[in-house]
Amino acid sequence: MTPTGPTEQVSNLDPDTPPDTGRETASEAARPIVSPERREERAGPVTHAGLSVKLEGLKAFYGKAEQVKGIDLEFKANEVTAIIGPSGCGKSTMVRCINRMHEEIPGARAEGRVMLDKIDVYDPSIDVVAVRRAIGMVFQKPNPFPTMSIFDNVAAGLRLTARRGDLREKVERALRGAGLWEEVADRLSEPGAGLSGGQQQRLCIARSLAVEPEVILMDEPCSALDPIATLRIEELIDELKARVTIVIVTHNMQQAARVADRTAFMLDGKLIEVGPTPTIFTTPSDPRTEEYVTGKFG
Amino acid sequence: MSAQGATPELLGRLAVSPSRRRRDRIARGTILGATILALIPLVLIVYYLLKKGLGSWSSDFFTTDPTGNTFFKTSTIGGIKSAILGTIEIVALASAIAIPLGIAVAVWLVEYGRDGRFAQLVRFFVDVLTGVPSIVFGLFIYIVLVVGTGSSYAGYKGSIALALLMLPVVIRSAEVILLLVPAGLRESALALGSPRWRVIARIVLPTALPGMVTGVLLAVARAAGETAPLLFTAGSTHVTSSNLGSFMNSLPVQIYNDVNSPTESVVNRAWGAALTLVALILLLNLLARLISRRSRLA
Repeated sequence: MTPTGPTEQVSNLDPDTPPDTGRETASEAARPIVSPERREERAGPVTHAGLSVKLEGLKAFYGKAEQVKGIDLEFKANEVTAIIGPSGCGKSTMVRCINRMHEEIPGARAEGRVMLDKIDVYDPSIDVVAVRRAIGMVFQKPNPFPTMSIFDNVAAGLRLTARRGDLREKVERALRGAGLWEEVADRLSEPGAGLSGGQQQRLCIARSLAVEPEVILMDEPCSALDPIATLRIEELIDELKARVTIVIVTHNMQQAARVADRTAFMLDGKLIEVGPTPTIFTTPSDPRTEEYVTGKFG
Repeated sequence: MSAQGATPELLGRLAVSPSRRRRDRIARGTILGATILALIPLVLIVYYLLKKGLGSWSSDFFTTDPTGNTFFKTSTIGGIKSAILGTIEIVALASAIAIPLGIAVAVWLVEYGRDGRFAQLVRFFVDVLTGVPSIVFGLFIYIVLVVGTGSSYAGYKGSIALALLMLPVVIRSAEVILLLVPAGLRESALALGSPRWRVIARIVLPTALPGMVTGVLLAVARAAGETAPLLFTAGSTHVTSSNLGSFMNSLPVQIYNDVNSPTESVVNRAWGAALTLVALILLLNLLARLISRRSRLA
């Protein structure tokens, strides 16, 4: 199934070896924007940690058109990985393959493996619904459920997945986690669609958090937001990585530089380069990466 | 004009030309004329209904059954109680059959069948069904359920004929509304790890509800006003019946019978019954709109 040879794949399975061998420099130190104490106070105690995701020879098709052309890439647990690249390079498609949303489009299919920790989410024995509970997603456009209140929007994930337990407590924890609790605590019964764009997007993040996923995929989560709202989301991403693994697709290279521990550059359905964010932006090994990050194209 | 100081050349270029002004006036006039033309029959119908129908309204008119004595001017002809109750019962049963079934078909078409070959076939037959004259549904039920079973007319047979008539209208209108539900809502609910059926039940249907009410009402109103499918399925009778297995009177059939009468008071009863039918549908309309407005923010 995978296009890469068996030896290369074995090296990819080794957690200490980066997928693109030779391109990586030393792993960079964590850069906390928010102190652990403040993180605890705002987002509540860390109840569980993220899981790693590893793509092995991932290909994605729309009908006969191959949009993602064989990608091997690891997203390390509790790290933020940014995916950059020009429009139409397959970033979104690749990310949508991780929680199997890609197959929801008629005629779309994926090949290869997506390993969540040590489990292939495309294995026939795996329940696609359970995969999506473990791997949440935040979309480009904030899309709170229009018929529901703020509370119900956050509770929706729990109700839709028929989970029991104290809804109120879980909703509050999710809203605190998304940094929205203070703003909406006194109007939980108002419609979610009445919030500002940035608040709506944080509501959508809270909605994903409520289901307690191990990984959150963000498909250009700030492209519809103003700079202030974008900054809030970026701070939030930094807080959240203590709890989840984050993969963020972005068109905005400054954003990738600000939030991501590691950055992957994609071009025409292929992974060109992946490495620590400062390396990608300052001393990339591939000339195409350099041209892109310096603004020569894309 | 506030164009002082402007150069004549610029003013000449930007000013509205007389011919454009003329064309604009003609176009506006034509559209207004067409609107008024379309309103004329509507206003006339309401005017005549009120003028002729209100006169025969009285408390006896609604609380007594027709007596059947229509030839002797001294005898009382009775009211339309059996027809009102019969219409309500027959249409209620028809709605109970056609609305859930029709919405189920529409949900299948939009959420599962999509553009598949079978879905296209279903759409084609639904379209054909929309164009079938109402009397054909009556004939079909007459042959299958009256002649075919060797039994007599019955209220429920009329209901089934009306349900067949309503079905394509419900399916097509519900399908259009379901297609309007943003794909992003389905995606974000699916990405929360919700099974498809729950996405449909808790997100798609509530979002589509206010729009679907309109289409469903259209179907109910159309069915309530039909005479032809009832003539030889539910039959006509004078007495009030709550047994859907027996002959049942209905407003359209009562009107049809009364209008043919040579006695003026009986013809007036037809006008009264017609006004009652319109009032009933209006009432239903208001009620449904009230309900759907309230449930929008449940």
